[in-house]
Amino acid sequence: MTQASMTIRRPWWQRPITQEALIFYLCLTPWIVGFLVFVAGPMISSIYISLTTWNVISPPQFVGLRNFVKLFTDDEDFLKSLWVTTYYTFGAVPLGLIVGLLIALLMNVKLPGITIFRTIYYLPAVVSGVAVALLWQWIFNPQMGVINGLLWLVGIRGPGWIYNEQWVIPSFIIMSLWGVGSGMIIYLAGLQSVPTELYEAASIDGANKVRQFFAITLPMISPVLFFNLIAGIIATFQIFTAAFVMTQGGPNNASLFLVILLYRHAFQYFAMGYASAIAWVMFAIIMLFTLLVFRSSSLWVYYEGEVKKD
Amino acid sequence: MNSSTEIARGFTSSEEARREAARRHKQAARLRRSAVVVILYLVLLAGAALFLIPFVWMVTTSLKSRSEVMLLPIRWIPAQWLWSNYTQALFGVVPFTTFYKNSLIIVAFDLIGDVFVCALTGYAFARLRAPGKSALFILVLSTLMLPEQVLLVPTYVLYKWFGWLDTLYGLFVPNLLASGAFYIFLFRQFFQTIHRELDDAAKIDGCGLLGIFWSIMLPLSRPVLVTVAILSFLGHWNSFLWPLILLKSEENYTVTIGLRYFQSYNTESSNLPLLMAASIVALIPCLAIFFIAQRSLIQGVVVTGVKG
Repeated sequence: MTQASMTIRRPWWQRPITQEALIFYLCLTPWIVGFLVFVAGPMISSIYISLTTWNVISPPQFVGLRNFVKLFTDDEDFLKSLWVTTYYTFGAVPLGLIVGLLIALLMNVKLPGITIFRTIYYLPAVVSGVAVALLWQWIFNPQMGVINGLLWLVGIRGPGWIYNEQWVIPSFIIMSLWGVGSGMIIYLAGLQSVPTELYEAASIDGANKVRQFFAITLPMISPVLFFNLIAGIIATFQIFTAAFVMTQGGPNNASLFLVILLYRHAFQYFAMGYASAIAWVMFAIIMLFTLLVFRSSSLWVYYEGEVKKD
Repeated sequence: MNSSTEIARGFTSSEEARREAARRHKQAARLRRSAVVVILYLVLLAGAALFLIPFVWMVTTSLKSRSEVMLLPIRWIPAQWLWSNYTQALFGVVPFTTFYKNSLIIVAFDLIGDVFVCALTGYAFARLRAPGKSALFILVLSTLMLPEQVLLVPTYVLYKWFGWLDTLYGLFVPNLLASGAFYIFLFRQFFQTIHRELDDAAKIDGCGLLGIFWSIMLPLSRPVLVTVAILSFLGHWNSFLWPLILLKSEENYTVTIGLRYFQSYNTESSNLPLLMAASIVALIPCLAIFFIAQRSLIQGVVVTGVKG
């Protein structure tokens, strides 16, 4: 007691270093070293690199904000990339939220064998990466792929999917919906934590199922929707592997996502300064989206125990 | 209004007719309910088919002959099951066993880092008192917001300087240094739920602060340990961007880079069965883990709210 009250009066740098604090820093040493060497150091140098032109071999030349100015005024590829990435995000994220929620509502019905369906719907979410990209590249194949093969059975000539400028982004959106199970599981947890008394009270008051969904379910799971929306935007904006394996940004740059553009500049043209500038613009856009969602959240996210102010 | 007419009818009609009406009503309700159940099952089955078709197509394609994949309508059962596609894919032009070995080495070190070192860091944040702790914790959480693309170029330059380009070091050393900020957060949250009386009892028995971590915290944290291990494995096994920029020579490739390399060898569509066979082999560890640990994975995801 006396020791505690003594230490409170002094600021922390004057307190004697306790054995406990020493052990704390000992436990944190790996993280601190890793943070300084692999996060803080690279981040600070990345800011500097983005203000230079640098091909790694000869020393970097400071050019101020020229890389950023060029990005927005004199780089058609970048503007196209920005459009393509935004188009994909605005397609894949809302659709993923709605489909994920609909499936979660289905999974929440108490039926025998529902856990088998839950496993099946969740399965695609655990596989990802190159193997899945290769699989979908061939699913979208206009001649031999599954989709056009099945369409052929009903007499429809399917489009060129990832080989067609108009269809390539919708193709990636369809592919992203296949992995919707990860969001579904989180919704399911949210749905199962909604107190059943609320539904009982509502049905006594004569509210039908649709009304109950909009008046109870949706507000109660809005924090989960909020989480999935933010996680979805961040992940979708950074799409790389699928596009790199399936289209390399083509056809005619119609799937030139921002990270593909970044990769091209950094590791094919070795324009490290320009690539770093792209990375920071990307970071700023993701932060902007996230902030917008956060700012809007007080309007539509309901937290239990919260009292609405007038 | 409705109910008042019903009551009126109840008074006027005979007892028997009322009972008959009630019976019919109940029957109709039961029928409606079973119709809903049938429709639900049909919807569920249709959805399951959509989700499974890509897997089924992948497996059957991997067993077909090169000419059979070109046929329309699609043959869902190969005329001949060519298991030799697998041996051809794995032991043919591309050394997949080496890629597997590399991936396993990286994932093993990453697991030690993400499970053990992050747990230790999480323990320090959950239990030990030290100056500057909360500031450091905010710093840990802030690294979660940083997209890895910002680090891509400077890390590449750093590794060039370390002489780590085209080695496996760059793919696991940062992880050994507790780079999994999210895992640190999970461990801290979990350790905080463990009762402090257990710590006190251990202290009385002469257990040091690190002893408490080892003999109290870790044994009680099975659920979070399993969740982190699975998420870490899936994440690192499928990792593509970092190995792509760091690894140059064939003998250092991981499975993901090897698959892409294999694809460049098999550009003509006639080699599709081999490509699918190799892809399936690359997915097997993920699928195996999923089926073994399905329950704890789904529970873990539900508890922690993470994407798998």
